[in-house]
Amino acid sequence: MSEIVDILISASFWAAVIRIASPLILATMGELICERAGVLNLGIEGIMVIGAFTGWMAVYQGMPLWGGVAVAMAAGMLFGLLHSVLTVPFGLSQHVVGLGVTLLATASASFAYRLMLPQVTSPPKITPFQPLYIPGLSDLPWLGAALSQTALTWFAFAVAGLVAFTLYRTPLGLAVRAVGENPAAVEAQGLSVTGLRMGAVIVGSGLMAVGGAFLTLSAFSSFFFEMVNGRGWICIALVVFGAWKPGKAVLGAILFAAFDALQIRLQQTALGAVLPYQLFLALPFLLSILALILMSRRAEVPAALMVPYNKGER
Amino acid sequence: MSRDSGAEVVLRLDRITRRFGALTANDAVSLTLRRGEVVALLGENGAGKTTLMNILFGHYVADAGSVEVFGRPLPPGNPRAALAAGVGMVHQHFSLAGNLTVLENIRLGTEGLWSRSRAGAREKVARLSRDFGLAVDPDARVGRLSVGERQRVEILKALYRDARILILDEPTAVLTPQEAEALFATLRKATARGLSVIFISHKLHEVMAIADRCVVLRHGRVVGEVDTHATDKAALAALMVGGELSLPRAEARVPGAVLMRLDQVSTPDRGAAPGLKAVTLELRAGQITGLAGVSGNGQAALAEIVGGLALPAAGHLWLHGQEPETWTPREALARGVARIPEDRHHQGSIADFDLTENAVLEGYRTRFSRRGWMDWRAARAFAEGIIKGYDVRCPGPETRIRLLSGGNMQKLILGRALAPGPEIILANQPVRGLDVGAIAYVQAQLIAARDRGAAVLLISEDLDEIMSLSDVVHVISQGRLSPAFARGTMTAAELGLWMAGQKFEEAHAA
Repeated sequence: MSEIVDILISASFWAAVIRIASPLILATMGELICERAGVLNLGIEGIMVIGAFTGWMAVYQGMPLWGGVAVAMAAGMLFGLLHSVLTVPFGLSQHVVGLGVTLLATASASFAYRLMLPQVTSPPKITPFQPLYIPGLSDLPWLGAALSQTALTWFAFAVAGLVAFTLYRTPLGLAVRAVGENPAAVEAQGLSVTGLRMGAVIVGSGLMAVGGAFLTLSAFSSFFFEMVNGRGWICIALVVFGAWKPGKAVLGAILFAAFDALQIRLQQTALGAVLPYQLFLALPFLLSILALILMSRRAEVPAALMVPYNKGER
Repeated sequence: MSRDSGAEVVLRLDRITRRFGALTANDAVSLTLRRGEVVALLGENGAGKTTLMNILFGHYVADAGSVEVFGRPLPPGNPRAALAAGVGMVHQHFSLAGNLTVLENIRLGTEGLWSRSRAGAREKVARLSRDFGLAVDPDARVGRLSVGERQRVEILKALYRDARILILDEPTAVLTPQEAEALFATLRKATARGLSVIFISHKLHEVMAIADRCVVLRHGRVVGEVDTHATDKAALAALMVGGELSLPRAEARVPGAVLMRLDQVSTPDRGAAPGLKAVTLELRAGQITGLAGVSGNGQAALAEIVGGLALPAAGHLWLHGQEPETWTPREALARGVARIPEDRHHQGSIADFDLTENAVLEGYRTRFSRRGWMDWRAARAFAEGIIKGYDVRCPGPETRIRLLSGGNMQKLILGRALAPGPEIILANQPVRGLDVGAIAYVQAQLIAARDRGAAVLLISEDLDEIMSLSDVVHVISQGRLSPAFARGTMTAAELGLWMAGQKFEEAHAA
């Protein structure tokens, strides 16, 4: 037990938690925007792969790091456009389209990788974002070490704040929430259901791609095919866990990240010698399922989620 | 013709015509509305009332004719222009987002998407609530509000946009008599402030109570325009249906044995919908038991118990004097309980199945199968029997049921329920949304079933229907059941007090 306490009070543990949570927060915010507008975006997993790949490739080709982020976002928005055209004006099944986008995006990334780097056996490295030195803050004991994070992490938290503010404090956010609840009511007020939903999916997909790019540009320094590794699906669960509210979703991401950081460290303790490591790997997922069951029972699902809107039909 | 015919004309519909395929929904309909006036638009289902209002509001484009608001022509097919011109519409099915608060619903679409939220919205809503008597909590989630409160939100929405012309589509269909009275008080305040109101309804007593003038539509044409002070209900009814109409009347009969008895039955609440609270109810052979009440007061829970979808959490269910060991929909069917479900589209039928398949949904495992194989010949014969016996107008038994009108769909469901000769009939909102002809037919069939000795439980929100058909009436409110009132012992106003829950408190206190 004391080993766990030691882990939990160490600054390096919390630094890892925040680092692991950052890409989840970005992608979760993206998914949350889509779902609030009434569109389930199962393209998230693939869009994160595309973001990770294009951001990394752009920087490898000589662009600055923020340029890589922008390229990733643009690539994500492109796949978001595809997703939204199929699901919103065409009203196709959001499940089928989402899984299709994931398969297409993942395969496109592999294909482009092979085209651009036909010869390499191990993927080349780039120089990723470095922890930001913030005068005053970074010199504090404990807190300074825990908050030794890259600019992209700060960006992720800023995005979460911006999403929350926009959703709850602006007419645009009100319209987005309303279109996921009752598109007919939005139409009756003279607003465009198609425009709002497509916009939400495109912007949301852009954020998912930045979440993916975090992996190559901040967490690691290279691109691997399996690096997204189900994080997109975790983000879909986090949106439910957060009851479609940005603040609670961020908390969920941090909680999941804490379980993940904990299991890595537990593997190195005495317990790790006894129990098979697969059990530790499964720990964050098991605990997430438990938390999901407890947290999401009274959640209010956007009433028009996954319901295509066809003007003039009842 | 109107009393103050000198007042300014705020709305002029001029020879509006709209066709849907072969059907002419509006045929050169003209209508004028003056400042401070309530005009009732009266007509049967399908007379063209809603089409006309949808053209005014820009949801449809007219094939011919023009709309003028405050002397200026309204561009066709543009809801925004109608809103901007000061036309506000309260639809029969509210267009509100349940997860948003009252204030958010009201603000939606009134501000530029890319601007900051405007200050002062809350104050304006508070002022309008006060001025028009529309009490509602601005921070409550709309999903938690009662139907009456939601309607107030819809009216506030229109007023918030500075509507000068209010269109109310069947506004009282979902209200208790007392709530309707409050709505009328609001409308009187509105007209006193110079607003004009178009009131769409087919309830004559309400039209007589609130409207100054009355425009009657039939088959898409204006068949009469009368000052309500110079007419009476009978004359309006004759105009509406184009002749006298005899509604079925159930004569009193001596009831038989108790076929089903609920004894102190309670069920848990489900979200906003209350469960049953120690309900005791007897269904007797040869008797129609009416259950009055505003929807969402426990009717669904009661219907689930009777139909076998749920078991009482507390209390007992007796069938022919015995407690059934198992109680499932299949068991209920086998024991002679027939169901006409509340929602014929979702619970009563499968839209893309044909009439034969829908007809045998309740008996495909027993009556229409042999050694595990479907007996399609018998199924088809059964469906054809219903089509003939219950006057279902359709091309044939292989028609998909979604292509049928509501009335014909309901006749098929009615036939399916009644054909096996059930002992207990659960009729949940059996005539909602049907036209007068179909209503008369369905009601006559229920009366015939009663005369044959069946026990009928009639659940309806329409007090007129309950009072004309039922031998005994119960009122349900917040899951509590009133005592049984024999036919003719209660007025609509008294039942309304029970519906609003007030009488329960008094009975409890006494």
